[in-house]
This record gives sequence, C-alpha cells and structure tokens, in this order.
Amino acid sequence: MIDPIFLAEAAVNGLLLGGVLALLALGLNLIFGVIDIVWIAYVDLVMICMYAVYFLVQVYGWPIWIGSLASVGLGALLGIAVHVLIISPILGSAPVNQLLATGGLLFFLQSFATFLWTTDHRSVRLTLPTLEYGGMFLSFARLVAFAVALLVMLGLFLFLRHTYIGTAIRAVSQDREAMALMGANPRTVYVVTSAVGGALAGVAAALLIIQYSVHPFFGAAFGPLTFMICVLGGLGNMIGAFVAAFIMSEIISIGGVVWSTEMGYVIAFVIFIIMIFVRPGGLFARRA
Amino acid sequence: MLELRNVTAGYGAFTALWDVSLDVAAGEAVAVVGPNGAGKTTLLRVISGMIAPRAGALTFEGASLTGRPAYEVVAHGIAHVPEGRRIFPMLTVADNLKMGAYLKVARRAYAESLERVFALFPVLSERRRQRAGSLSGGEQQMLAVGRALMSRPRLVLLDEPSMGLAPVMVLRLFDLIRRVREEGYTILIVEQNVRQVLKLVDRAYLLEAGHLKMEGRAEALAEQDFVRKAYVGL
Repeated sequence: MIDPIFLAEAAVNGLLLGGVLALLALGLNLIFGVIDIVWIAYVDLVMICMYAVYFLVQVYGWPIWIGSLASVGLGALLGIAVHVLIISPILGSAPVNQLLATGGLLFFLQSFATFLWTTDHRSVRLTLPTLEYGGMFLSFARLVAFAVALLVMLGLFLFLRHTYIGTAIRAVSQDREAMALMGANPRTVYVVTSAVGGALAGVAAALLIIQYSVHPFFGAAFGPLTFMICVLGGLGNMIGAFVAAFIMSEIISIGGVVWSTEMGYVIAFVIFIIMIFVRPGGLFARRA
Repeated sequence: MLELRNVTAGYGAFTALWDVSLDVAAGEAVAVVGPNGAGKTTLLRVISGMIAPRAGALTFEGASLTGRPAYEVVAHGIAHVPEGRRIFPMLTVADNLKMGAYLKVARRAYAESLERVFALFPVLSERRRQRAGSLSGGEQQMLAVGRALMSRPRLVLLDEPSMGLAPVMVLRLFDLIRRVREEGYTILIVEQNVRQVLKLVDRAYLLEAGHLKMEGRAEALAEQDFVRKAYVGL
C-alpha cells in the first residue's frame, strides 16, 4: 500500500507539471487553430530557447529573470522566422507537405543543437529551496513555474478576449476568408499568431530550464506529450487543451508514483489511444 | 460609383463569368438575378477581391481595384455580406460587430457605428452577449449585414440574403434591407427571390451561364418574361 502522503505529493506535482504542459499545448493549439498547421517542431523551439537561457544565465551570468525575458523575445522571433521561412511558402500545399516541412525542421533543430552543443545535459544551477508542507516535499521551482504559467495563460486569455488583434485571431480560426472581408490581412494575423505562439514557447523554456536539464532531444520527451494533449482536448480548442494538460499530467505523475514513470507514460498514451476511438474530436467535441 | 468592364473570372479551368460589364451609381440599389450557377456569387467575389478577375477592369469611385485583395477592397468602402452569412459562430454578437470595425478608420467610429447598427437591428443589441452561432437564421443574417455596415462602407454587396430563411423572415429581411437603403447606402444585391428583390431595387441585371443577358429598370423588368426565365432556374 502506498503512503497517502506520496499520492498527495504526486497529485500536487501533477498539477504543477500540468501548468507548463498547458502552456505548451495552448501555444501549439493557438497556431494550429489559426493557421491550420501543426508545428511538429514546436517543443524543439522550446529546446533552443532553453539553451539560450542556459547560456545567458550560466555562462554569461545574466540574472535568471532577464534571461527569461530574452527567451520570450527569442521565442517570438523564432516563431516569426518559422512562419515566414517555412510555413508561408507552403501555405497552399497539401497538409502532408506542411507536416513534413515542420517535421524536417524538428530533425534540423535536433541535429543542429547536437552539432553546436553536443549531447551533454546542461542545467541552470539555481539554489531554489524545497518546501515541506504536511509531510509533502515540493520544489519551489515547480511552484514558480506553475504560478508563472497560470499568469501567462491568463494574459493570453485576456489578449484573445479583449484586444482587436486577439479577437481577430479567434475570428480567423473560425473563418479566415470572412476575416479578410473585414479588412484584416491574413498574413499579418498569421505572423502575429506565430509570434505569440513562439513567445509562449519562450516562456515555457524559461519555466522548464529551472526544473530540467536541456539536451538536443528535449523535444522528444515533451513534444509527443504536447501534441497528445492538443488532440485529446480537441485540436484548436483552447479550453480543451487546458483541461487535457492537467488530466495527462496527473496520470503521468500519479502513475509514476504508483508504478514507475515509464508506466505513467504508458498509461497516459493508452488512455489517449482509447480516447481517439471513443471521442475522436477531443474531450469537448461538439460534433462527432 | 462602381464600374466593371469586360470582367472574366473563374476557378481553375472553370470560367464562371464571361466578359461582364456592369455599373452601379451612387445611391442606387441594383440587383443581379439569374438561375443557380449563373455566376452571381462569383461576380460579387470578384468585386470584393475574394478572387481576382482573369481579364477586365474594376473601378470604384475612380480608383482601380482590379486584382486588389479583399482586405484592401473593404478599406475603399465596399462591404461584402457573403453567401451563407459567414458570421463568426463562436464569437459573441458584440465581438462579431467589433470585427466588422476592424479597419483603423472604422475603429475610431466604432461607438457611433454600433449605435447605428443597433438602431437598425434592435435584436442584435438584445443579444449582444450571446454567441453568434446561437442566433436564428434571420438574426444571423441581420448580424452579417450589421457587421458589414460596421466597416462604414458606401457600397454594400449582399449575396442571397434570403437564402435558407422562413418565408415570413424573408419578408422582414427585405423590409430591413429597404431601411438600410434609406440610410443612404448604395446596394448591389444578388438574389434568387426575384419577385421580392425587384420590389426593392431600382435596376436589375439578368445573369445566365456567366453572361449578362439583360439590364433595365426594375418595374419594367418585373413585367417581362425574363422574370419567368429567372424562375425556371429555381
């Protein structure tokens, strides 16, 4: 029998992990919802930003928060670059070509990172405390990451709800041709969306580097998970992705304590496969 | 105000419009009628820049709009209420109207435009917080027209506004379009409901298989056999 304290700790850790996963899923989903393309290499952009924070903080001695802001800026620039250089030229072509192109970017980024920085695992050494609460041990870095992720998602929500361009982004995801009739240049909306999606990757990078070490294949761990969360929540459905992130992170975290981390992932992916059959449109699909 | 000269347009290998020339004067209401597949929707899509013409010229208030994209055409003062309404179903009624005022000039006059639209369509004001997709067909059509007016156009293109509406609603909608007209907007309307639309407009064109066949005053045309001909296509 497992000590209930361990289960409680796992549940809290799952919740905390869910925050960052939700952030990743929202970024990927935002881009998909508007541009209709899944950026397979999304978490590999996160990986690049993690290296940026690592070098700025660990090698050049920048304060972590300035390094994090730089990561957000770099993420936005990478997002724009991916759109302008890779997505934009193939917007009109078959979806499979678009998948192949962003998939190609994934291998490019992994290989390029290996070439530049080798396969060493690198981490930012921050002396962050571990908190004890009622017999549970919680990492302060995770708490900070969770809080920041929630704040950024709230910011994203307000941006999409209350600004002209944010509302336009939602409108384009529903009917891009109609939005052009309103006077919105679709290119502008795409670039802004890619920049916002990239910036979210930059935020996630800053939140991940204080918890995990970075290596060229970091995307292989979080990439499929992020994609799975988006599908589970319904591709393009922001609320769905948010909820699905927490469901998945709890399964992985609690499964990890009850059996093993690997088993946690196995269960998560099995549930995902079952859900694909039962509810192919996602948890909150309106139509089957 | 609007001039089309020898416009030819289509999709891929298919040509939907052949050598069409058409004029709309400021303050006029003009209809284009004709059977299904005659190219009526294509005609409006060419005007609003949703597709580029293969040949011919398009000018509006003296400026050439030939081949300009949709987001530029609307800035010149042409608003297009597309076929099937194309409202944003997941946005609220208020956000749909806000998107109608996306252009910078329209944004500045947002409050005033909104008041005008709500005066024309009070039901939109009542339902402003509702998701647009939850409105009835007639209300959605009003929203589509209201959204178009938010861009502060001088010419409004209406594509089959009565499509899919109950007969009672069709009559109400034509009344509302009449009121939009009285507000001073120039209107170019495409309709299959020929009898109703001829009561609304000053002039009409008959489009058949991509060719303009006839043009004339609405009252005169209503008496002619071209009306019956247009009905055959239904």
